[in-house]
Amino acid sequence: MEDPIVAGVKIILFVDRKCGILYNREDKTFINIVNNNERKKEKGKCGCDRFAPQEKRIMSRLSIVNKDRATETVEELYKDAERRIQASQPGLCPVDLAALFLRLCHAQSCGKCTPCRVGLGKLSALIEDVLSGRGTAATLPLIERTAGSIFESADCAIGREAARMVLKGVKGFREDYEEHINHGRCLGLQNQPVPCVALCPAHVDIPGYISLIHAGRFGDAVQLIRKDNPFPAVCGLICEHPCEERCRRTFVDDPINIRGLKRYAVEHESEVPMPEIAPATGKKIAVVGGGPAGLTAAYYLSVMGHSVTVYEQRHKAGGMLRYGIPGYRLPREILDKEIGILQRTGFQILCDVSVGKDITLQALREENDAVYIAIGAHTDRKLGIEGEDAAGVVSAVEMLRAIGDNNYPDYKGKTVAVVGGGNVAMDVARSAVRLGAKSVTIAYRRRKIDMTALPEEVEGAIADGCEIAELMAPVRVEKDENGSVAALWVKPQIVGEVKWGRPAPVNADAPEIRMACDLVLVAVGQGIDSRYFGENDVPLKRGTIAALDSGAVTTLEGVFSGGDCVTGPATVIRAIAGGKVAAANIDEYLGFHHEIKSSVALPPMRIDDNEPMGRVNMTERPAAERRRDFCLMEHCMSDQEAHQEASRCLHCDHFGYGSFKGGREEKW
Amino acid sequence: MVNVTIDGIRVSVPENTKILDAARLAGVKIPTLCYWEGLNEIAACRVCAVEVEGFQKLVTACNNVVWEGMAVRTNSKKARDARRTNLELILADHNAECPSCVRNGNCTLQTVAGEAGVREIPFDRNIPAKKQEGNFPLVRDYSKCIKCMRCIQVCDKIQHSNVWDVVNTGEKTTVDVRDVYRLEDSQCALCGQCITHCPVGALHERDDVDKALDALYDPEKITVIQIAPAIRTAWGEVFGLSPAEATVERLCAALKIAGFDYIFDTNFTADLTIMEEGTELLERLKNKESSRFPMFTSCCPGWVRFLKAHYPEYTENLSTAKSPQQMFGAVAKSYYAKLLNVEPERICCISIMPCLAKKHECAIPVMNDACGQPDVDLALTTREAERLIMQAGIDPAAIEDRPLDLPLGVGSGAGNIFGATGGVMEAALRTAYAVVAGRNPEPDAFRDVRGMDGWREMTFDLAGTPLRVAVAHSLGNADKLLKAIKAGEADYDFVEVMACPGGCVGGGGQPIHDGCFCAPDRAEVLYRQDADSPLRFSHENPSIQAIYADFLGEPLSHLSHQLLHTDHTLWKMPNEE
Repeated sequence: MEDPIVAGVKIILFVDRKCGILYNREDKTFINIVNNNERKKEKGKCGCDRFAPQEKRIMSRLSIVNKDRATETVEELYKDAERRIQASQPGLCPVDLAALFLRLCHAQSCGKCTPCRVGLGKLSALIEDVLSGRGTAATLPLIERTAGSIFESADCAIGREAARMVLKGVKGFREDYEEHINHGRCLGLQNQPVPCVALCPAHVDIPGYISLIHAGRFGDAVQLIRKDNPFPAVCGLICEHPCEERCRRTFVDDPINIRGLKRYAVEHESEVPMPEIAPATGKKIAVVGGGPAGLTAAYYLSVMGHSVTVYEQRHKAGGMLRYGIPGYRLPREILDKEIGILQRTGFQILCDVSVGKDITLQALREENDAVYIAIGAHTDRKLGIEGEDAAGVVSAVEMLRAIGDNNYPDYKGKTVAVVGGGNVAMDVARSAVRLGAKSVTIAYRRRKIDMTALPEEVEGAIADGCEIAELMAPVRVEKDENGSVAALWVKPQIVGEVKWGRPAPVNADAPEIRMACDLVLVAVGQGIDSRYFGENDVPLKRGTIAALDSGAVTTLEGVFSGGDCVTGPATVIRAIAGGKVAAANIDEYLGFHHEIKSSVALPPMRIDDNEPMGRVNMTERPAAERRRDFCLMEHCMSDQEAHQEASRCLHCDHFGYGSFKGGREEKW
Repeated sequence: MVNVTIDGIRVSVPENTKILDAARLAGVKIPTLCYWEGLNEIAACRVCAVEVEGFQKLVTACNNVVWEGMAVRTNSKKARDARRTNLELILADHNAECPSCVRNGNCTLQTVAGEAGVREIPFDRNIPAKKQEGNFPLVRDYSKCIKCMRCIQVCDKIQHSNVWDVVNTGEKTTVDVRDVYRLEDSQCALCGQCITHCPVGALHERDDVDKALDALYDPEKITVIQIAPAIRTAWGEVFGLSPAEATVERLCAALKIAGFDYIFDTNFTADLTIMEEGTELLERLKNKESSRFPMFTSCCPGWVRFLKAHYPEYTENLSTAKSPQQMFGAVAKSYYAKLLNVEPERICCISIMPCLAKKHECAIPVMNDACGQPDVDLALTTREAERLIMQAGIDPAAIEDRPLDLPLGVGSGAGNIFGATGGVMEAALRTAYAVVAGRNPEPDAFRDVRGMDGWREMTFDLAGTPLRVAVAHSLGNADKLLKAIKAGEADYDFVEVMACPGGCVGGGGQPIHDGCFCAPDRAEVLYRQDADSPLRFSHENPSIQAIYADFLGEPLSHLSHQLLHTDHTLWKMPNEE
């Protein structure tokens, strides 16, 4: 609104950026300069229309202000552009984007050197030729040669890196270049669906339920979510929310807090009616594994009228939701309640039944019309270092599984070292704190910012009191005389060259460090216990079960598979999507075409000017309090916050491409 | 009901009324360009943007609904500026060579821009290349496309043909053929609905008027014209004639004045189709075991193309009877050439059809049964016929009716209703009943097959045998019907399908009225003419009786087979093996 123009001990005169009127902060008056001699003071608010006439502007002293204003504005624009790139929607033309990036690079050129000043412009023109259908067989080689020469001969990074970007593109999406040259259009058809819906693996109708939350219809919101995802309560707490990644609201300010809104809806719903169950089909389906994928498939298949039995090898259903995610993130009672709701559709869960031990796959296939294998990824990966067999080296899977069955180990007074940098490493570290550990140190061989865990999880672990020992590669576990852990030895690392998009750590010229500890918790990934299935004709691919995108296992009639055991360890929402896809395809396979839809009518589309407005972030219980128990750590949004957050949704289902294509799938 | 104010005018409208419709009720016209009610409500052109009190940004009237107390200003400075700017932007990228455009005078962009007072384009023009190539009956002019997306919508949602799609992004975004690069390689049925839904001249038929004039001015050629049933419901629209004034006889007069030699009626061969196709159906019913069911009508070449493209395994369910257009050509170049005592090669057979697929049909290489040359030389759309008359300087309002020529100018009311959905079925049932029962039914006994429901099914008692029939119009409904048949969920003896919504009266070659589904009114015209006709049964048409007595012998005779039937497997759609 205003810029200081008089520097001194106390700045009191400001100039309104828009109309150039002087404003005295001391006495809150505007100084209206009618001519050089006459200054007129006016009280009130500066209205640019009122004070703007050209002849009334002050003269020389404004020039510096103008320059500052430009710089400041450009800084703002950089941020705008950054956010825009960050939320850039899928489905764009890579060649067009390459041309755009190149123009940006060229604008940054100081113009001193030939390759950058002239060359980048020529490259731009060549790519524009490609885009405009003027490209020929000679264009691409010329682009490559020119970019290559710029890369090699540019004086500084402005030119060199610009050329590198072009070369990367020519290599990475050569077919797109060729399609433009040969056929004058992009490879593939335009596809710009609603970003949040498209990026949600289960394609939940996010704008739909946000509009229902805004309208105060929380039960309807939950019902609409259940059309695509039967786990709204679970996902409201622990979903990794890929939906927020490209939220178009980011163009304005920040993505919508979608997960937070979902949680709010679940916590404010009154009893949601169950979907209508289709007439019984008489078909029997066995689901192996009671995790999110298996239960999702069981839920939808039951809604379709099939008779489903879930075989779960542990004491309780839930899979990684119970045996992988600690209760402070997902309280057991919420999980139990949600599974109970799903079971109202009528499927049966048989716990403590292990397929392969208690019943054979062959028997399941004979007794059922279809079998869905969703056994998850529950085996631990080893570090492969000396001393790993010491007592006190515990895998994350083992530790979290015990907690899942309410067998809380006692870590009181223990010194704990955690190895790993993913979300599971954070889970075990934070659980160790809650189990009374004296100190918890997370040893990670890369830098903290290279951790694959969500940034908020890393920050949360630190707030809970965990230490992060970054750039420390475990080399061996030292045993005491009893064969128990005495220390974890680590080798300091130095961050090195970027390989596969991440800087690789290399040994630093520094001695190994001894980290004295009582326990080493290993969280370096999980594997799939697929051996039994492999031995029983289920095709495997590097340990995972080989299934098509449809969930079908090609070589076995009537057998489908999905979730972590197909994708490798992934997110709960991907597992849910796997279960949903399998349900649809099993239904088709059995000769039906049941449609899953919701009867919820959406409120009329809201109109909003969508002026920038901050995102409501989730808050948590104070660290000092929460680190002592396994109770839910995160607070829910307040009514005020939820209403405001819901009002931020831009409704890409109606405004933009969504009103034309890809806006809303009412059934599947 | 909610109360709203449009430009100061208070109106009370039902909930969920669009701003556009509320304004209409208030007597305020908000211009639209891309909008087509119920089909394309995507607010792409942004021409209908209006100001809503309390909001800074403008709101499109075509896809947003009113609420209680909403105050709308359609003509505020902001709204006007935005409307004009958006029109200027569209025009900057549009090849506005209006005088030479086929849609000159019937172009929504022209009208809306004119009404909005756009006089100059302050922007650089950036007009895409025309990219026209080949000889396909459907032509896309990329230089005129305004990306309203209507063609995509009608092709996807109503015709289930998915020929068009959006390609490229950003500035290069355009509409192009989906999956393949050339229209002729696509599964286009040539229904032409994209043309009648196009607000500008970006889609049009291949113009064959000059070829017709070449034949006209060739002294060696005898020009023989056939006029399809649906033409008489619509041809006079452009000349300001009501359907009652725009008779087929007046069209005959105009064409005669233009210089064409003989003017006949496709209704005649519609009757002939009934004789052949009806007999074929009875034969199939007699040999149920060895015949394929349901039997599909084959009069509509758009439907035939669709079936062959998407359900080729059902090709042999099509009646082998040629369409009335093709039967006419074969008769004109055999029977009528004999009557005239001329070499058939001298006859140039021109048809006036409400249809683009007819241009493809007449060029199918095997449609040459009369003399080895194409049975029908040229198929003009209703719009081309209008242009031809206009170019000849004829004012149809000022001329007298002239009777059609004999004997091929005589058609029954049953043949006349071929132009409306259900018409072929009704005409066939009238005659089939007469054949089976040995006496005529009430002429309107089968009127239940009429109507605009997309997929209708009935069972009729054909003198003791129940006949299960279905009628579908629009390819979307045809698709649904075929899916159901394929899945075993539907089962019929005889099915009539017309590619265009409403049948030929709603054909892709008919006069264009933006935003209007004209087929129901036009169909009424045909049914009225049928009711007023002295001839209600195809088999009672004296010219039909004469051609069988003097030339063909009987339906499905050897000569009939040679001239009036075809093998639909002898030509291929692009995807067929």
